[in-house]
Amino acid sequence: MLKRITHTFIHVLDQDEALDFYVGKLGMVVHTDADLGVMRFLTVNFPDQPDVELVLMLPGPPAYDDATAAEIRELVTKGAAGGGVIFETDDCRGTYESLSAAGVEFTQEPTERFYGTDCGLRDPFGNAIRFTQPPDGAIVAPLAEDLRAQS
Amino acid sequence: MSGAIEDRNRRMLRARDAMDRAFAQPLEVRALARIAHVSPAHFSRQFRATFGETPHRYLQRRRVERAMELLRETDRSVTEVCFDVGFGSLGTFSRTFRAIVGEPPSAYRTRFTAEGAALRVPACWAMAWLRPAG
Repeated sequence: MLKRITHTFIHVLDQDEALDFYVGKLGMVVHTDADLGVMRFLTVNFPDQPDVELVLMLPGPPAYDDATAAEIRELVTKGAAGGGVIFETDDCRGTYESLSAAGVEFTQEPTERFYGTDCGLRDPFGNAIRFTQPPDGAIVAPLAEDLRAQS
Repeated sequence: MSGAIEDRNRRMLRARDAMDRAFAQPLEVRALARIAHVSPAHFSRQFRATFGETPHRYLQRRRVERAMELLRETDRSVTEVCFDVGFGSLGTFSRTFRAIVGEPPSAYRTRFTAEGAALRVPACWAMAWLRPAG
């Protein structure tokens, strides 16, 4: 029986620049930074969640030949690599303001939806990231009539 | 060689993100070209080489996608929706919507309501998957 997600992987184009962003701006911490000779195994996590690691992978040999790695980088930079992460926050708007001031590129301003308030941004390489502030109560998908009544 | 393509892709993505953020604003090729660090003359061609469609077409379909959501989920009139998403005239909006969606805005709304379909999806999902293609 499988139980839970412990690691998820994302391609980055520069691991030091990735640390500046995921640690320096988003507030994660380095979990593992290991020189394995053929690659640098670099993972980050949130301080309150040490058992879920985001692995910051640099595509390249020997796992991928140079041409394949180039294709991966091209997809990442056009926002088409398919990876992405959604974080939870307890203050979507406040976090949006402080990250905007820090120069983070947002793709969508905080927006109210039935599942909470969320917004979208890019990491420096083009990967899509979102963060969501859940509603105070239970999440209930509204009926069409309710949505119309709100507008 | 590859580095140049990556660099261009990232700059074009930045310009496309700017269009998504401000889809109701007029298409300002000069402003987008500035974001993408290319000349206005090269912007449309490079955007198309990156994403497979022109900036004009991308934005037009983004606006139609946003209009479809407003038609589904609000009671705003077709005219209000038209201006909400950045079209300058009702005639252009109706013609464009019909050409892309296959039916007029009011018919889309009526059919959607009649079918009782519940579409309560995250905004990011809608913007990625409900923008009409083809």
